[in-house]
Amino acid sequence: MNNDYRYENRKFVVVGIVLAIVIVFIGRLFSLQIMNDEYKKDAESNAFLNKTIYPSRGVMYDRNGKLLVSNQPAYDVMVCMRNVKDLDTLAFCQSLGITEEFFVKRMADVKNRRLNPGYSSYTDQLFLSQLTAEDFAMFQEQLYKFSGFSIQRRTIRQYNYPVAGHLFGDLGEVSKKDIAKDDYYVQGDFIGKQGIESYYESALRGEKGKEVLLRDAHGRVKGKYLDGAMDVAPVPGKNLTLSIDIELQALAERLLQNKIGSVVAIEPSTGEVLCMASSPTFDPQILVGRKRGDNHRMLSKDKQKPLLNRAIMGTYPPGSTFKTSQALTYLQEGIITPETQFPCALGFRHRGLHVGCHVHGSPIALVPSLATSCNSYYCWGLYRMIGADKYGSSQVALTRWKDHMVAMGFGYRLGIDLPGEARGFIPNEGTYNKVYGKSWNGLTIISISIGQGEVTLTPLQIANLGATIANRGYYIAPHVVKEVQGEELDSLYRFPKRTMVDEVHYETVVQGMREAVLNGTCRAANLPDIEVCGKTGTAQNRGKDHSAFMGFAPMNDPKIAVAVYVENGGFGAVYGVPIGALIMEKYLTGSLSETSEQKAKDIQQRVIYYGNQER
Amino acid sequence: MAIRNVSLWRSIDWFTIILYFILVACGWLSICGASYDFGDSNFFSFSSNPGKQLVWAGCALVLGLILLNIEKKYYEMLAYPVYFAFVVLLAATIFIAPDIKGSHSWLVFGPIRVQPAEFSKFATALALARLLSTYGFSMAKRSDVVKMILLVVVPMLLIVLQNETGSALVYLSFFLVLYREGMTGSLLAIGVCAVAYFVIGVGQSENFFEQMPVNVGEFVVFLLIPLFTSLMVGIYGKRAARAWWIAGLNLGGTLIAWLFSHYVIPFDICIVQLILCVCTALYLLGVYVLERYASFLLIALFALGSIGFYYSCNMLIDKLQPHQQMRIKVLLGLENDPSGVGYNINQSKIAIGSGGVWGKGFLNGTQTKLNYVPEQHTDFIFCTIGEEQGFMGCVFILLLYATFIIRIITLAERQGSNKFTRVYGYSLASILTFHLFVNVGMVIGLAPVIGIPLPFFSYGGSSLWGFTILLSILLRLDAERETRF
Repeated sequence: MNNDYRYENRKFVVVGIVLAIVIVFIGRLFSLQIMNDEYKKDAESNAFLNKTIYPSRGVMYDRNGKLLVSNQPAYDVMVCMRNVKDLDTLAFCQSLGITEEFFVKRMADVKNRRLNPGYSSYTDQLFLSQLTAEDFAMFQEQLYKFSGFSIQRRTIRQYNYPVAGHLFGDLGEVSKKDIAKDDYYVQGDFIGKQGIESYYESALRGEKGKEVLLRDAHGRVKGKYLDGAMDVAPVPGKNLTLSIDIELQALAERLLQNKIGSVVAIEPSTGEVLCMASSPTFDPQILVGRKRGDNHRMLSKDKQKPLLNRAIMGTYPPGSTFKTSQALTYLQEGIITPETQFPCALGFRHRGLHVGCHVHGSPIALVPSLATSCNSYYCWGLYRMIGADKYGSSQVALTRWKDHMVAMGFGYRLGIDLPGEARGFIPNEGTYNKVYGKSWNGLTIISISIGQGEVTLTPLQIANLGATIANRGYYIAPHVVKEVQGEELDSLYRFPKRTMVDEVHYETVVQGMREAVLNGTCRAANLPDIEVCGKTGTAQNRGKDHSAFMGFAPMNDPKIAVAVYVENGGFGAVYGVPIGALIMEKYLTGSLSETSEQKAKDIQQRVIYYGNQER
Repeated sequence: MAIRNVSLWRSIDWFTIILYFILVACGWLSICGASYDFGDSNFFSFSSNPGKQLVWAGCALVLGLILLNIEKKYYEMLAYPVYFAFVVLLAATIFIAPDIKGSHSWLVFGPIRVQPAEFSKFATALALARLLSTYGFSMAKRSDVVKMILLVVVPMLLIVLQNETGSALVYLSFFLVLYREGMTGSLLAIGVCAVAYFVIGVGQSENFFEQMPVNVGEFVVFLLIPLFTSLMVGIYGKRAARAWWIAGLNLGGTLIAWLFSHYVIPFDICIVQLILCVCTALYLLGVYVLERYASFLLIALFALGSIGFYYSCNMLIDKLQPHQQMRIKVLLGLENDPSGVGYNINQSKIAIGSGGVWGKGFLNGTQTKLNYVPEQHTDFIFCTIGEEQGFMGCVFILLLYATFIIRIITLAERQGSNKFTRVYGYSLASILTFHLFVNVGMVIGLAPVIGIPLPFFSYGGSSLWGFTILLSILLRLDAERETRF
């Protein structure tokens, strides 16, 4: 019996082992569950799938409420590798219009985790994106044969008019830079790349929503987390109403066919851009969907640069349209009065300098000088101003001149709501000091008085000059979007900016421009029952002269200011005036008369040959 | 013999029964948590896991009631026949069982699958109790020891042949019973030491300390050797002062080497540890020669043997084929390739770790429901507790288990001279301890990946019935206990 109790104390060893195990386990659990929160994060990244719900992108209307840009369904072909069985590859490729090599490569790319980090053979993976409705219809008929493949709907842009490509811009997949700049975007998102789509991106895109889903170890979705309590509904994008009149835009583009140039029309009282055409152009619809890449490449390789919006990106010598700004400056500075006359003997002749002009009476006063576009008058004006005693030096005088130009909206961006606007160029004293030292005078820089030489403007700035004159001395920064749904427009587009010239001087210049239409260079712009004011421009450059026109109408209640600029079009009267007249007629009367329609057809068909060099 | 001839219901241990019901209830709730998949789940539908588990639990209750009503004398009488029947059944299972995930351990009767290995435990426990309580049985007799060892090893080997290594390893827990019954403790100690050297030495053989060319496994093993040695000097050599000296000199030397390596010149301090260990062994041999005290010779041999064992383990591993090496690494839970074996443990740690202090709440766990954790309602059921009930829930369950096991030990110890019940009780306690250690240890990344269920928690009828049978018999045996004089 003694033997039985000899080892009784060993029960403590056994109990000790049990307790030791439990204590060690509790210690381990303490370090796993309380000391370490990495596991919590791992668990979340394991199980939660934050599925983005894309908001619908804002649509665009024109100023008359016509729907210009909307959203259309597109179809992505998805593949779930695990379910792909007995695929008839040939039939599959035919139904999608792809080659077998493409199929093999695409399938390999989908499975490649380096290219496609989220790959799982259990879940749908993107095989082919943005099938159009027609392609989809073909494919859908046969879809039942291809197990493992399915269709996912998404929306892409629908441009309802084949015009205004430069204005609308386009959507493209975000670049790495976009993602770095704004963490709203993730790989594969779409973003406005050009035009309004880009400038108003944040209003148009809305806010993404999210759905918190639970995902099992194979990546299969098993339902909503907490019944959707963590979900966020998407906020749809805001709709835009453009200031553009789409019919006017279409007419402008039509008139510019086969020519390089721009037409810009502005409503003077509001700064709203009525049309903005740049030629050559493109149909915005070709930059939508699967063919975007190819088409974009084709457009960007074109030597005539159809992707360039010349209306805001092209900088040109304004030619004689600039004389209006000079007249205003000289008047305001007291260099001339409306009665001041200058001689013109087939041009400006002084101390051996000669600036040519055409035949007209001499000496000539301000109003007729505008009407006939006399070069000499403005050369004299600038010569007098730069040499005027009241400034003390040419430098001070030029600075004063430059201040006037800047106040009229030249030399700096006007701030239009489109990306890529150019500044143009207005020289200041530094420009000339650099070249001539201090020893320059009015004669040295005489060509700027007639819109040549160093001065360059964008067509938009020329149109804005027209709007400023129409307003008798102020402008509102031009803009193409009239209304953002539920938002106030930027104050830049609501408050006028005054120039440094008094209203009374504008009246004089208006008289000159009216005279140009009635009896001068712009006679072709004379419309029945409408008092049109205008100024031609014929800008010298390396090739044939550029043909320009700036005008507004009606004279005393201006509704439209327009600028036309046709590269190498010759005299302003050749293209500038008739195009400008047609635009004004169309906008003010709502249609073109029969004769005007004939004129429009005629202009549309006229071709300017530009040769094969880069433009 | 003063058998207390009172009603079964008065003498039965209600405390254990209550603990049993709490464990089974917690287990069922855990299975609900593990089976819920965020849809409309009906836990009482018989097509769902919780529903089926309820059926198994109901059957277990009936089974338990029947076993409680069988008198102790029948258990004693039937111990050997039942044992032999199970040995035959285990052997037959190898051949008749279909191949299920590589193992031949399940007998299939229509929709029901039964794993005989889960039931052979109680048969073995009964037979062992019967053998050890036989009049005249002595651990000093070689024939008795051989019988005793065979009794344990035969079913174990048969289960290994069924390719259920995990279930077979459970039989090792019987050696704890044998230790309690007088098997020499040093064997158990040496076995523990060998396992420790192997698991730590090989398991950590690829880890190095930062900024020092010191292998973690080697360092820890060479720290353990002098500690065990000084412990033995203290216990068997009966020289407490010398034990302190040996431990102090070894640790001090290691500490100096560590500081030198850390702050002056990094070098492999294991060399210093090795020299210290060898010096310790030589000192012990010297003491043996001078004082003729045999224990010191054995302790010196233990120290030298430990060093030899460690190096031969490493050499052996290097000589093995890659796939064999892999198998050992898998057993030690070494493979950390997320898609390989380490994946399971990593996911299970994520599930438990994400539970925090209070857990995510009942049915709110994500990891255990979305199949990130493998076998989430069987072997890895503890993950559900960890994720949904948090640290507090885990501690509660572990303490519940400790209470349950210690209660069973108490029952076993209160049997007076009744060796049969005591051996049987210790068998149950040891089996439960082993299951708890290996299962929870595996889930929290402390023990190798061996797939055995967590008693009363893991889904499955065989396991629940197996443990219910084991417990019911003990309760009956205990109810017929003699008072100790």
